[in-house]
Amino acid sequence: MLLYILKRIVYVTPVALGVSVICFLLVHLAPGDPLTSVMPIDATAEQQAEMRAAYGFDRPLIVQYFLWLWKVLHADLGNSIATGRPVLTEVSRAVVNSLILAAVATLIGFTFGTLFGFVAGYFRNSPLDKIASAISVFGVSVPHYWLGMVLVIIFSVQLNWLPSTGAGPGGSSNWRPDADHLRYIILPAITMSVIPTGIIARTLRALVADILSQEFVQALRAKGLGEWGVFKHVVTNAAPTALAVMGLQLGYLLGGSILIETVFAWPGTGFLLNAAIFQRDLPLLQGTILVLAMFFVGLNLIVDVLQTALDPRIQRG
Amino acid sequence: MAAIADAAIVVPAKASKGYWASVGSRLIKDKVAMVALTIILLIVLAAILAPYIAPADPFRGSMIRRLRPIGTPGYPLGADELGRDMLTRLIYGGRLSIFMGVVPVLAAFVVGSGIGIFAGYVGGWVNTLLMRIIDVFFAFPSVLLAIALSGALGAGILNSIVSLTIVFIPQIARVAESVTTQIRTRDYVEAARVSGAGAFTIVRVHVLGNVLGPIFVYSTGLISVSMILASGLSFLGLGVKPPEPEWGLMLNTLRTAIYTQPLVAALPGLMIFMTSISFNLFSDGLRSAMEVKQ
Repeated sequence: MLLYILKRIVYVTPVALGVSVICFLLVHLAPGDPLTSVMPIDATAEQQAEMRAAYGFDRPLIVQYFLWLWKVLHADLGNSIATGRPVLTEVSRAVVNSLILAAVATLIGFTFGTLFGFVAGYFRNSPLDKIASAISVFGVSVPHYWLGMVLVIIFSVQLNWLPSTGAGPGGSSNWRPDADHLRYIILPAITMSVIPTGIIARTLRALVADILSQEFVQALRAKGLGEWGVFKHVVTNAAPTALAVMGLQLGYLLGGSILIETVFAWPGTGFLLNAAIFQRDLPLLQGTILVLAMFFVGLNLIVDVLQTALDPRIQRG
Repeated sequence: MAAIADAAIVVPAKASKGYWASVGSRLIKDKVAMVALTIILLIVLAAILAPYIAPADPFRGSMIRRLRPIGTPGYPLGADELGRDMLTRLIYGGRLSIFMGVVPVLAAFVVGSGIGIFAGYVGGWVNTLLMRIIDVFFAFPSVLLAIALSGALGAGILNSIVSLTIVFIPQIARVAESVTTQIRTRDYVEAARVSGAGAFTIVRVHVLGNVLGPIFVYSTGLISVSMILASGLSFLGLGVKPPEPEWGLMLNTLRTAIYTQPLVAALPGLMIFMTSISFNLFSDGLRSAMEVKQ
């Protein structure tokens, strides 16, 4: 097992390096060079060259990359152009809020997704299956930013039950698990949970139906095992895949939260990205994306190892 | 007895239907897929014929008549924040929204299939190298990669299309590679190689015919994602620029109207949703009609 974990880490390292290359190149993809947006428009060519040299932008790209990577490996993501604060400070504060939101949404999605998936897989082609399938198609087809708006219209504007934006009373930017803050997380979390609900339900429906059609289930039934006993076997067999899908969904939600966070003004990484894009704060953009992508890579690794621990048959070469 | 036997001989054996004909007949029997296809065709047709069927000018508005509710005389679906006719803008909006949803998938289909089939057919270290590069792109959730690229490139229609194409290439390439690798080891490909067929001929005759179907089905499933993402980019202000009618952008500019005209404000999103769910349902129907198990 330990050997397997080491193998996976060795495998992930080039991917992580690749991710860093893409994040590094993002800044150079931008029209002009990264300093154009911050320099006063009346700066002379000489002053521009001076700035460029000061930030090392006059060196070859490959040298710049390794200098940047060296800093990143020492937990230095540079400073935000807009606020002057270290990018790492800004990102780590936002990541906590995003992680809370994504975790709550994943939990909701996992609960309902498993429920619908099991019901649909057990009673294939029944009305229950049709309803569960409809819900999962809805989940993957609905533009979630629109769903967020619709929920705000219904529950905040019309019914006035829940707050429409923010993470807590008085513009609080640190979410805490108390009653006041809880009211603020309900709408964004439900909006966000629609995607994993659909995907988990879809995956589990196929999985449960597949497990039920296998010979060992027939054998268990032939031996006289009751429905409950068979159900436990189905759960054991479906668990590794279900957990893997859930883990990946957490990563997707964390990285894909920008639209929902914008709708609800949730003070997370998505909100930070949005600000970075419109202020053309490239170091902040780069840093946030790097942190989110690395989170996703790490999560993939954990999911992979956990999945193998639960079911040694799926060990990857 | 003899008569029956004779009749059996006389009746000519019916030629079995070809693959595509049977896919077509299965698809036509699928009610859900057909309804979805009809909705898609109606929305696309309305978008193409917009100048002939839209009741008003999509850019002309009146500040006096801004934010009118649904059913106002002269404004069947209300008026937006600049007093422009919503029905007209929703019809016109389909042009850019669908274009920006479909083009990245088409472009990625061409490039991604090319990369995937090449990697799968050549195999060996070339395959490993290409697939490792593809893996790097999988380390980014689609939404994040699309927004990162558009954010760096800057707002605009072309930049959005480029970003989304880059997002979908790795996904399609991965499917193409796995299908090609499966087919490459089949006996008939082996037989063709042994009988002296060149790589190009084998790919053209044996691989493409078997590989393009599954890749195509997978790609149609991406159109819905692409539509939601493209409109999402415009919603964030990264795609289409005002005053162009586009559903995502309309949703964004109408966000402030959720307190005064909530129903009007929600309409553009409803269009995105209807189109996206129709593409999804049609793709599902196509998948089962073609019996693709990916």
